[in-house]
Amino acid sequence: MEQFIETLTSFFSTNLPYILAGISVGGQYALIAIGYTMVYGILRLINFAHGDIFMAAGLILIYAAASMPLYLAIPLMIVVTVLIGFLVERVAYKPLRSAPRMSIMISAIGVSYLIQNLALYVTGGLTKVYPAIPWISDSVTIGSATTKMVTLVTPVLTIVLVIALVLLIRYTKIGMAMRAVSRDFETSQLMGIKIDRVISATFIIGTFLAAIGSLLFFTNYTGVTPTIGAMPGLKAFVAAVFGGIGSIPGAVIGAFIIGICENIIKGLGWTTFSDAFTFALLIVILIVKPSGLFGEKNTDKV
Amino acid sequence: MLKINDLKVNYGGIKAVKGISLEVAEGSIVTLIGANGAGKSTTLRTISGLIRPASGQVEFMGENITGLDPSSIVSRGITLVPEGRRIFPDMTVLENLKIGAYLRHDDLNEDIEWVYDLFPRLKERHWQLGGTLSGGEQQMLAVGRALMSRPRLMMMDEPSLGLAPLVVKDIFSIIREINKKGVTILLIEQNANMALQTADWAYVMETGTITMHGSGAELLADERVKEAYLGKRTTQAQPQQ
Repeated sequence: MEQFIETLTSFFSTNLPYILAGISVGGQYALIAIGYTMVYGILRLINFAHGDIFMAAGLILIYAAASMPLYLAIPLMIVVTVLIGFLVERVAYKPLRSAPRMSIMISAIGVSYLIQNLALYVTGGLTKVYPAIPWISDSVTIGSATTKMVTLVTPVLTIVLVIALVLLIRYTKIGMAMRAVSRDFETSQLMGIKIDRVISATFIIGTFLAAIGSLLFFTNYTGVTPTIGAMPGLKAFVAAVFGGIGSIPGAVIGAFIIGICENIIKGLGWTTFSDAFTFALLIVILIVKPSGLFGEKNTDKV
Repeated sequence: MLKINDLKVNYGGIKAVKGISLEVAEGSIVTLIGANGAGKSTTLRTISGLIRPASGQVEFMGENITGLDPSSIVSRGITLVPEGRRIFPDMTVLENLKIGAYLRHDDLNEDIEWVYDLFPRLKERHWQLGGTLSGGEQQMLAVGRALMSRPRLMMMDEPSLGLAPLVVKDIFSIIREINKKGVTILLIEQNANMALQTADWAYVMETGTITMHGSGAELLADERVKEAYLGKRTTQAQPQQ
């Protein structure tokens, strides 16, 4: 027993940096995953462009920071990213509201490539260096681990934002409308709810969180490339499926689990397999429990 | 109050409503009876703005409301209790009532109390999820939810569908009670007997057109209505052996 505790303690002390990194990455995935899961909840659409909007947020900050101070560039980046999310929905998804689900899915894939290629055109394919953001880029030492401040900020900020979002959905009028629209378009309309506005609000919240997520995510990376959104986007998507797509707490828990597991696997020296683990997890979930951890319950009529 | 003029509606390539005209007087209960697929639901869905008509006019309180979006229609005081009740199963009873008043910004307490007076069962169960209610209770909730918008005209699509006869009786007596409070009612029913007994005026709809109209009592006594909708066969209609 004593030996077991000792092994456990030594496991934690040697792996502390990886666990911390895992929690941090998990929080960043969570902020992206919420966008997937909310949009799915309301439109039954997997918004393939979400990861690319996340990448675009990174590029926008780089270009904005080149011509203005960060305290202006960051709010501008958030506003522009949210605007992109809003416009993507209005231009590419809204006209297909009554089309078969496959059409809107293909439209989403089209938007994804469009954003990637626009980014390729703008950057010329070069890696753009992400600006160092004061304070959250600073180094900090916890026990045996030295890390950036962002590692500690991310989980706290993520949890605060998620709680705010859950309260918004539970207790406000727009939150009630979101729950109604995600259940039944037509009856929501009969209540006087303008569903287009509610769907826009969903995209705005989703892209806002992705913009915050990009700020935290890219601080750990040296630069942004046009395809960099694909991997975190896919992993956040797996997290959303793992947690039960449509469920916000599910997406957050799924994201933390994936982030931590990935980094522990890296800590064990199997870095090559860390991505494979995530996707293997996706396959296992789809086979064993397709509705995920907190998948939608069906409380249809009694 | 509500006037429909030569309304034509196409629905999924089918001419569901082929030019109907009808009128609902303020303060009355009007029913639209007819078989499945006669175009009754389509008519109500068109009035509520869910479907756009191909041609014709819907006029409410002297204003042309043809083709307006559903939220503008609700804000003018027309509400629809949809077929199959369609309450929100993962919201509580109270939330279901509140969402019925989505467009209102004033105090809801008085209206909630009124709905609870009409349906004491809803008060007992106000914290339960809508999906856990029985069929009859869900119908009460759907009616209560519609009343929360303070409608001047309440349209109901088959409120008796799938309910036990005793519950149907209750629902109809509550419809009369709501009507007494000044809410005009336009009712669709397959339960023609109950509907005609309740209604001041009635229309019979067959394959997209209105074939008969008259007071509820007149149509109840009409041989053709008896034969087609009330299940009472006249001697002439009996098949020759």
